[in-house]
Amino acid sequence: MSAAVDVPGKGAGAARRWRLAGPALFTGAAVLLLIAPAVLSPFRLDLLGKYLCFAIVAVGIGLAWGRGGMLTLGQGVFFGLGGYAMGMHLKLREAGPGGLPDFMVWSGVESLPALWRPFANPVFALAMVVLLPVTVAVLLGLLVFRQRVRGAYFAVLSQALAAAFVILLVGQQGLTGGTNGLTNFQTFFGLDLYQPGDKRILYLVVAGVLGVVFLVAWQLARSRFGQLLVAVRDGEDRVRFLGYDPAVVKTIAFAVSAGMAGIAGALFVPMVGLLSPANLGIVASLELLIGVAVGGRFSLAGAVGGALLVNYAKTIFSEQSADNWVYLQGAMFVVVMLWAPRGLAGVFTDVRAALGHRWRPRPAPAATRPTDATPAADPSATDPPPAGAQREEVRA
Amino acid sequence: MTGLLQIRGLNVAFSGFRAITDLDLTVAAGELRFLIGPNGAGKTTLIDVITGLTRPTSGSVRFAGEELVGRREHRIVRLGIGRTFQTSVVFEQLTVLENLDLAASFRRPLAARLRRRRDVSDQVAAALETTGLADLAYRPAGVLSHGQRQWLEIGMLLAQQPRLLLLDEPVAGMSRDERARTGELLRQVARDHTVIVVEHDMDFLRRFASTVTVLHEGRLLCEGTVAQVQADPRVQEVYLGRTRRETAELVKEAS
Repeated sequence: MSAAVDVPGKGAGAARRWRLAGPALFTGAAVLLLIAPAVLSPFRLDLLGKYLCFAIVAVGIGLAWGRGGMLTLGQGVFFGLGGYAMGMHLKLREAGPGGLPDFMVWSGVESLPALWRPFANPVFALAMVVLLPVTVAVLLGLLVFRQRVRGAYFAVLSQALAAAFVILLVGQQGLTGGTNGLTNFQTFFGLDLYQPGDKRILYLVVAGVLGVVFLVAWQLARSRFGQLLVAVRDGEDRVRFLGYDPAVVKTIAFAVSAGMAGIAGALFVPMVGLLSPANLGIVASLELLIGVAVGGRFSLAGAVGGALLVNYAKTIFSEQSADNWVYLQGAMFVVVMLWAPRGLAGVFTDVRAALGHRWRPRPAPAATRPTDATPAADPSATDPPPAGAQREEVRA
Repeated sequence: MTGLLQIRGLNVAFSGFRAITDLDLTVAAGELRFLIGPNGAGKTTLIDVITGLTRPTSGSVRFAGEELVGRREHRIVRLGIGRTFQTSVVFEQLTVLENLDLAASFRRPLAARLRRRRDVSDQVAAALETTGLADLAYRPAGVLSHGQRQWLEIGMLLAQQPRLLLLDEPVAGMSRDERARTGELLRQVARDHTVIVVEHDMDFLRRFASTVTVLHEGRLLCEGTVAQVQADPRVQEVYLGRTRRETAELVKEAS
């Protein structure tokens, strides 16, 4: 893993042991994801692939919310923009006589709308998967962040955006497929979506994209930009007097998270075989967020783990009784917010620090760089100090 | 010496209340200027206007020939003006070194900022040295004491490499020792920077000030050396109306 190579080789032995824990975790997770197709049934593998799509969104939320403090309740919008861009292209590929997608025929549309035409080009469609959400995020970000809209006001605004987007999609039946959305996808760039073998390849693509997206976010988080983003989160007004425009910093992070959500949406379409407004509305956006909150928003690994865990739990509970899941999910969110605001990753860090403090020799002052003392691939280095524990860790 | 900072006909009003009235002020390059005055004199408001936090109703603030009024805060910083706040704000989640590095890096192009910091730049090392925080470089700023935070803020200011430093009550709430150290730091900084200090502490003022500007109810009351200002009957009167203790000190000092 290039991640391991980047880590400077200085520090006490114990600190180095923890530093390798991050890349080890990453590699371990990668191996698990790669052997999953050999172990899981096609049905379960499909579900895992779907969770991985949500995990890609979670990485973006971890960046925007965890690092940047932007509580985005409308990530479904970007997920949907990417998803529809991909869906439109796939629909045009599979279009029946007259070059019209099936739902247009059912709605009595007679010629292909102008909006759809360029999506027949695969390069255009793939570009739009990223460009559409990024453009919307940049415009919205510059407008909103420059007016110094933040905190709960931003959260409400992003949620309203999700609501408006759903209304727009549902209202344009002939253009978007309305409430049903885009359904019945057969192929994905030559892969037959009804073939378990081809589906396995698609799953590997999704897993690979998740890995790349994670590494991009991780590099961003530990760069100077990542530190600046944390600084903006913790003291936006102070950052102005350091010569930076916080609106630009936040917009960049927001746009990156939107781009990631767009990519996830585009992969969700072939993975699940349909995309409807229900997949990207207020509830769907909140579910994406809850996963990140449970896993730990200050840690990118926590965000991914949380997304996988919550979605897996949802499947398991929904299989038994669909109604109870909603209550359980709500309760889980409340519990995490009240007693573990840093999520499972925070609990893990606390436990590790408590254990490590007991048996680990105290590192020399020169080696106690907090950023390096934590595992390299665990970007939770800038977590709020766990009461006492981490402070002990960096004490000379 | 030319005026690095020139303020002309400045008026600031907050919904009817006149915080600053017809203020003219010139600070020459290389000066260490103290700004004093009773509460509500408009000292912090003046700093806020210079740094773009508050918009004046009328008047002009020129820095090295550039008009500052109407510019956004970070643009003014980029012209070379840095400030601290009465209540120090440092980024507690970041280490002392990262705080300083952030302050030093705003001139870097965006692409360079997407990379990880790999070394300690010269200006950051110099700021660590000057402020005496080198031993704490890798500690999170959240663990610093009040005095250390103020020094970190001054260090961040130095790392920005500004031409004009504005310090808003740098010794407020500090112990005697910390005040003395801050004074020394200030002297050192003033050697090669233009500095404006807002300060209440008379003892600190007497020890470290050269030129003093007295504001009163948003107007310039007088300007001069510490001795001149303290001898001015108007200054005595202004302080008489405010706090008897400080006035007694002033009178005693003047006689």
